[in-house]
Amino acid sequence: MSKSVIIQNLSKIYPGVKALDGISCTVNKGEIFGFIGPDGAGKTTLFRILTSLLIPDEGTATVDGDDVVKDYKSIRAKVGYMPGKFSLYQDLSVEENLKFFAGVFKTTIAENYHLIEGIYKQIEPFKHRLAGNLSGGMKQKLALSCALIHKPTVLFLDEPTTGVDAVSRKEFWEMLHQLKSTGLTIIVSTPYMDEAALCDRVALLQNGKILSIASPEEIVAGFPHKLYGIKSEKLYPLNELLKLEKQVHSTYLFGDSIHLVLQQNASIDILMEKIKTKNFDDLEWEIISPDIEDCFMELMHKT
Amino acid sequence: MKEFIIKEFKQIFRDYRTMTILFGIPIAQVLLFGFALTMDLKNVHFAVLDLAKDEHSRKIIDKMDASDYFIFDRYLSSFDEIETVFKEGIVKEVIVFEPNFSQILTKENSAQLQIIADASDPNVANILVNYTQAIITNYQQNLFADNPLGKMVRPEPMFKYNPALKSVYMFVPGIITVILLLVSAMMTSISIAREKELGTMEVLLVSPIKPIQIIVGKVIPYMVLSFLNFVIILLLSFLVFDMPSSGNMPLLLAETFLYIFMSLALGIFISTVSSSQQTAMMLSMFALLLPTILLSGFIFPIKNMPDILIWISHIMPSKWFIIIIKGIMLKGAGLMDVWFETLIILAQTIFFIILSIKKFKIRLT
Repeated sequence: MSKSVIIQNLSKIYPGVKALDGISCTVNKGEIFGFIGPDGAGKTTLFRILTSLLIPDEGTATVDGDDVVKDYKSIRAKVGYMPGKFSLYQDLSVEENLKFFAGVFKTTIAENYHLIEGIYKQIEPFKHRLAGNLSGGMKQKLALSCALIHKPTVLFLDEPTTGVDAVSRKEFWEMLHQLKSTGLTIIVSTPYMDEAALCDRVALLQNGKILSIASPEEIVAGFPHKLYGIKSEKLYPLNELLKLEKQVHSTYLFGDSIHLVLQQNASIDILMEKIKTKNFDDLEWEIISPDIEDCFMELMHKT
Repeated sequence: MKEFIIKEFKQIFRDYRTMTILFGIPIAQVLLFGFALTMDLKNVHFAVLDLAKDEHSRKIIDKMDASDYFIFDRYLSSFDEIETVFKEGIVKEVIVFEPNFSQILTKENSAQLQIIADASDPNVANILVNYTQAIITNYQQNLFADNPLGKMVRPEPMFKYNPALKSVYMFVPGIITVILLLVSAMMTSISIAREKELGTMEVLLVSPIKPIQIIVGKVIPYMVLSFLNFVIILLLSFLVFDMPSSGNMPLLLAETFLYIFMSLALGIFISTVSSSQQTAMMLSMFALLLPTILLSGFIFPIKNMPDILIWISHIMPSKWFIIIIKGIMLKGAGLMDVWFETLIILAQTIFFIILSIKKFKIRLT
């Protein structure tokens, strides 16, 4: 399988912070690759290096065979980039923005309309509205259209779904899968771990380091522990209490339940009986199968 | 590039604040300086302590009152009253005639009167005294016109290029210079800084567009608008203030074009060193506006400044442009008269353009 992006030992140091710390990974052509990690993990720095906006302090990276430092001109002509912050002209209309970016990339809307049709159709009824007056989801669609209008070979989306409602997020990922079917390589970053499952492969990024690179299925299959789901009316105090217990390996609040991993040789029944006596008489527990978030929590717990 | 220029025009026209700054302020400034903030004095109140109260003292008072510059306010009855009347603030000048003024004048051909001016504003006092002296000189010349004893050298001053000493002749070139520099430099620097601040520059950088295309795309719209601005100010000065329009118009337009280009290059340079609109505006305002007004010779004559300020004024493009524009508009100068100044501005333009392209960041920092 041919490689779209090759990253080797990439580091970027800001005064006092190592934003990227010796990252290596490869992205295959035509896959959706996700960089997952909390704020400050180094996602935006990595994307800026890959789009030639920043120069790495160490290491090399190539996009579609071009070096991100030396061949920055050809990279800029063929990648699509959507920064984390909405970066279109708020005082231009939807159509004017699209026209402008088509012009900047020396193409026309008509020429590549088929690429963006599926996305742009949804905002076309508002094409005379100023971009600043669009809703978050529509802004996202417009930004994606503008990033696609020049038929890029690799698409970089930096936190495209941050600040977007759940429905629009779902739609957005559906669009990405449609785009993928045209052979486009899509590299996306997100702080939302549930979105990892929608990628072909993901890299978990924390404090400038990659903790793991694998497909979501592999990551889930690699979960090394028995996982318990615990329910109670008083989840928060329960979680705090569990953190103090010696038999507990890790405990996290997950919406309406607590996901608990015990130390080896510890018994769930003994622990639960002990907790019950501390005024948690409505405790219910069961073994559950881990999802990708549990795996990331586990990986982050290790470091 | 065409798309860029179209986009830039749309953004300017949609932003009513930009439009106000671009056109409202220059017009307001010209009208203000032309009508309200004039240095020409008119209808100044004066009082008289007339210890003579005879023919000539009265005639002199009438002559002053009849001029456009003075209005006779009142007679004072004692020296103590001079202080009181100045403190009231309306009367700016007091004239004291010695007793028996007419008698002494006709007998001895020389009499004394005293001019006391309120010098809490020294410029005004100076002008008032000059006006008064001129009126009195004129009076005595008429008086002794056929008196053989009154033979004397009579200087006939003539103020070339501005015979009426209208201050608007000085202000219009000054305002054109300041406004063009400020508007062009500030507007372009803010507009580029805005692209950085709002993140659109990030997207532009990840595109095949070249720095020079971004710069030219920014320059052309503002060039057109600044030029339009210049034409409006010029028309105002001709139609409202009767500035002489005998100068070489094509040369004036060409020189202005060059100067606008220099200002835009300066603006782009400012934008390369500022990351936000706020910084760009502050830099333009304080680094440009104040030195331009103070050190260009617009208000304060450069000749009277200490050497160090004179040296600083040499690097002010505005100083050279004021010389050019005054030369063309008032003296009808041709290119041969202003080639040196033109060359300096040309050199500054090239300097700022090269600096801007060098400093333009093709990456984020």
